[in-house]
Amino acid sequence: MSSYSKPDMTSRVQNILPKIVLSPSLFLILIFVYGFILFSAALSFTDSRILPSYDFVGFSNYIKLFGLRHWSIALTNLFIFGALYIVICTCIGLSLAIFLDQKIRGEGFLRPIYLYPMALSFIVTGTAWKWFLDPGIGLEHTMHQLGWESFEFNWIKDRNMAIYTVVIAAVWQTSGFVMSMFLAGLRGIDNQLLKAAQIDGASNFNLYRRIIIPQLRPAFLSAFVILSHLAIKSYDLIVALTNGGPGRATEVPSTFMYSYTFARNQMGIGASSAVIMLLTIASVIVPYLYAELKENKNG
Amino acid sequence: MLKRLMLGTVFTTLLSFQTHADQSVEVLHWWTSGGEAGALNVLKDDLSSKGVSWNDMPVAGGSGTAAMTVLRARVAAGNPPTAVQMLGFDILDWAQQGALTDLNAVAKEGNWDAVIPTALQKFSKHEGKWIAAPVNVHSTNWIWSNKAILDELNISEPNSWDDLVSAMDKVKASGKVALAHGGQPWQDATVFESIALLTGGGDFYKKAFIDLDEETLGSDTMKTVFERMEVLRGYVDDNFSGRDWNLASAMVINGEAAFQIMGDWAKGEFLRANKKPGADFLCLRVPGTQGYVTFNSDQFAMFNVDGNQTESQAQLAKSILAPEFQSAFNVVKGSVPARTDVSDAAFDECGKKGMKDLVEANDNGKLYGSMAHGHSAPAAIKNAFYDVITAHFNGEFDSETAVAELVDAIAIAK
Amino acid sequence: MASITQDTAINTGRITRALIYLFLFLFALYYLLPFGIMVLNSVKPLDEILSGNMVAFPDRWTIEPWLKAWSTAQVGIEPTGLAPYFWNSIKVVIPAVIISTLLGAFNGYILTKWRFKGDTILFGLMLFSCFIPFQIVLIPMARILGITGLAGSTSGLIFVHIVYGIGFTTLYFRNYYKAIPNELIMAAQIDGAGFFRIFYRIMLPVSGPIIVVCVIWQFTNIWNDFLFGASFTDFDSQPMTVALNNLVSSSTGVKEYNVHFAGAIIAALPTLLVYVLAGRYFVRGLMAGSVKG
Repeated sequence: MSSYSKPDMTSRVQNILPKIVLSPSLFLILIFVYGFILFSAALSFTDSRILPSYDFVGFSNYIKLFGLRHWSIALTNLFIFGALYIVICTCIGLSLAIFLDQKIRGEGFLRPIYLYPMALSFIVTGTAWKWFLDPGIGLEHTMHQLGWESFEFNWIKDRNMAIYTVVIAAVWQTSGFVMSMFLAGLRGIDNQLLKAAQIDGASNFNLYRRIIIPQLRPAFLSAFVILSHLAIKSYDLIVALTNGGPGRATEVPSTFMYSYTFARNQMGIGASSAVIMLLTIASVIVPYLYAELKENKNG
Repeated sequence: MLKRLMLGTVFTTLLSFQTHADQSVEVLHWWTSGGEAGALNVLKDDLSSKGVSWNDMPVAGGSGTAAMTVLRARVAAGNPPTAVQMLGFDILDWAQQGALTDLNAVAKEGNWDAVIPTALQKFSKHEGKWIAAPVNVHSTNWIWSNKAILDELNISEPNSWDDLVSAMDKVKASGKVALAHGGQPWQDATVFESIALLTGGGDFYKKAFIDLDEETLGSDTMKTVFERMEVLRGYVDDNFSGRDWNLASAMVINGEAAFQIMGDWAKGEFLRANKKPGADFLCLRVPGTQGYVTFNSDQFAMFNVDGNQTESQAQLAKSILAPEFQSAFNVVKGSVPARTDVSDAAFDECGKKGMKDLVEANDNGKLYGSMAHGHSAPAAIKNAFYDVITAHFNGEFDSETAVAELVDAIAIAK
Repeated sequence: MASITQDTAINTGRITRALIYLFLFLFALYYLLPFGIMVLNSVKPLDEILSGNMVAFPDRWTIEPWLKAWSTAQVGIEPTGLAPYFWNSIKVVIPAVIISTLLGAFNGYILTKWRFKGDTILFGLMLFSCFIPFQIVLIPMARILGITGLAGSTSGLIFVHIVYGIGFTTLYFRNYYKAIPNELIMAAQIDGAGFFRIFYRIMLPVSGPIIVVCVIWQFTNIWNDFLFGASFTDFDSQPMTVALNNLVSSSTGVKEYNVHFAGAIIAALPTLLVYVLAGRYFVRGLMAGSVKG
């Protein structure tokens, strides 16, 4: 290519080429993500029911939305579920990674076991969990048969506790994935530093607290982004496990949105809940992105 | 020579495409379990014998919710299926969007106005035009019972609320579960509508669930209905919540529980377990609702499609209402035919009873759309009912609060 | 690279090690449990399941549910089993994974090695696109596919999966390529290598691990997608998940749980296989890439 054009022409082509190659992706994202978000935002101000309509009704969908009892339940559940899910997944993921990193025999065997739940769709796995958690046929029943009569585990039937069973199943699905992110981070740490610290007589606990875990910061951040994205989008899991029950006790914004948009034919309210959901995501993710990208400029 | 050959190929391709388009229907539905889909095959065979091929587009899930979601995408894309399985008010909603076609010619030819119950016609007609072909009539006010348990405890057929309560007391005292129930909103609502019907009668049912009359919704009778739901809650086992309806049926089949209040599709579970109606299990109307039928009806709504498909669409509509198909399909499905002039010869005891009840209820004006199954009010209202009923049944409200919440919820959803 | 593969193992006593093994073993049980329930129930006659025997070993073992789920179960009007839908899914997954990975690779390459003003903002925009709830795109996307004539076709579905895969693939490749020294690129430029040649000669050869990560991620997501698969296909192009859903979610029909579980495992086999086979590269790819921001 360079032999056919003058040097300055070449560099100009070379300068513009990356932008040309990048532009289709950018175009697709602008239209199909940001365009559609704007479209949803517009719908949230209309009286759309079964299909989009363009009769604007101002903020009335938002007023209705926040007047609905189970929207506030859904929001509360998202905070409970999201916080527990992210914290527990991170703790389990980190512990497993640290332990698996101790020259464990059979690591190659254990790792896929920890990781495989990500591969399963919840359409059916939910049923298996539902049965296991059901006191009449699952764990509690089995314990009773084994002779432990006083054993009690009926969270899934208890409207105050059911959201925690959703956490158990969700942690099951993704903590292995988080484990592999931390494991990758651990394996990237320079061993010289550790050896030096060990020679200095640091205890194992301090070694991890002071030296290793701080170095895993990028892994923590990646895990946080992926987990918060999964927490907010969780849908199949809840539908399969409790379908929002008992009563409406485990409704979350994503099930709420689907139900209003597609089952209740109140697309306007559905769209307004989607907007609130997106704002929530943005309030969590944008600060992270900002920090990440700022750091990027220095590096 | 080559040119002619090419032209010829193009022409024949075009031609075959044309004939193909002429003679096919694409059908979106959620009947995917063995019995239902097998029954639908009868329809497919009938159509193919008339030269119309069937392109199957099944999408199950959420009692049709998934299929309705897909339908919206298809309509938005300008590519609707020829015919879509639909329930109650959804049909009218789509008709209002102007998406459905006019079937009056077929309807006139088949005399649909005379043979299809009037309460059903409300959902198959829009502004005087037939827009959908009903396949079946399910009725929801059935109570299924294990005959062995009733015999053993000397319980006779309950005929009133008090009978039912004393029967359930006996069962409970014997250590068995009196009422098998699955705690999912639609199941709670299915029980609720029967209790409302037996408590307040037909007028109450109509005013509350169909007219959505505020005074009736907030009445003392409604409070009684909620109180009776609390009573029933006492007869349900602790593990009810989230249970699938068919696992509740299995409890009656296995003799763990005596009763289940559920629509007539439950019969399929009993038959699959080789139980005989009358001998092993009883199909009774919910006590106090004898003479009434609360129904829901699966229909195929016909969408506006290209001119060359309308003929096959009309043929599909015609075949759906053919008495042979209506009989064959409903024998398998557990429901009864959507036309009242079909022979009951092929049906079992419960089916015969269901057909007789339907005709009588229709004649006496005691045939009402089911609230729990979207035949008394649109989806938004139906779900507002679900919200309150299920919250109350799970103990979040007492009966008095529930009545107040119900009035509010319906007002918001309107 | 050698130091990377070393463990950060610490010196521990025998008891501690035993405890660690116990911990790891208990978690392995936790992860295997639901799958175990699925497998057990998929080889059990339906009567045993319905009589309340759900979390126990079968009295009578049977392979029938598996055969039924694969070839004779009713998923629509014809008793075809899941078999025909397998192929439909493959036809979507393979091109969608290849194209979205390729796009991600180029984007990551440009965003790290051909930087220009405003590139970080563009990257931020792409990253945020990962978080869009799919339910809100359904109807506008359907309209656009309808206008472009892609509605109800395999190519339409592939297109949709590519669009919503770009965010993640770009994220993975960008973080991975960031670790590759810029000096290498500059040297190549001085030698006269252009945009594409640098990509083929320098970037691609070292991209193995991150390609594995991308492929696993995209394969899993696309293979398990239900909403798009159901909405943007026709009667003759429905993917596996739609068939699986039809098998398990019938509302008023008899539910054959054993067949459902067998079907679910069959439907998950390709992804399971990918995870087990590529699992070790997965960690290695993550290690070299995405977590080192």
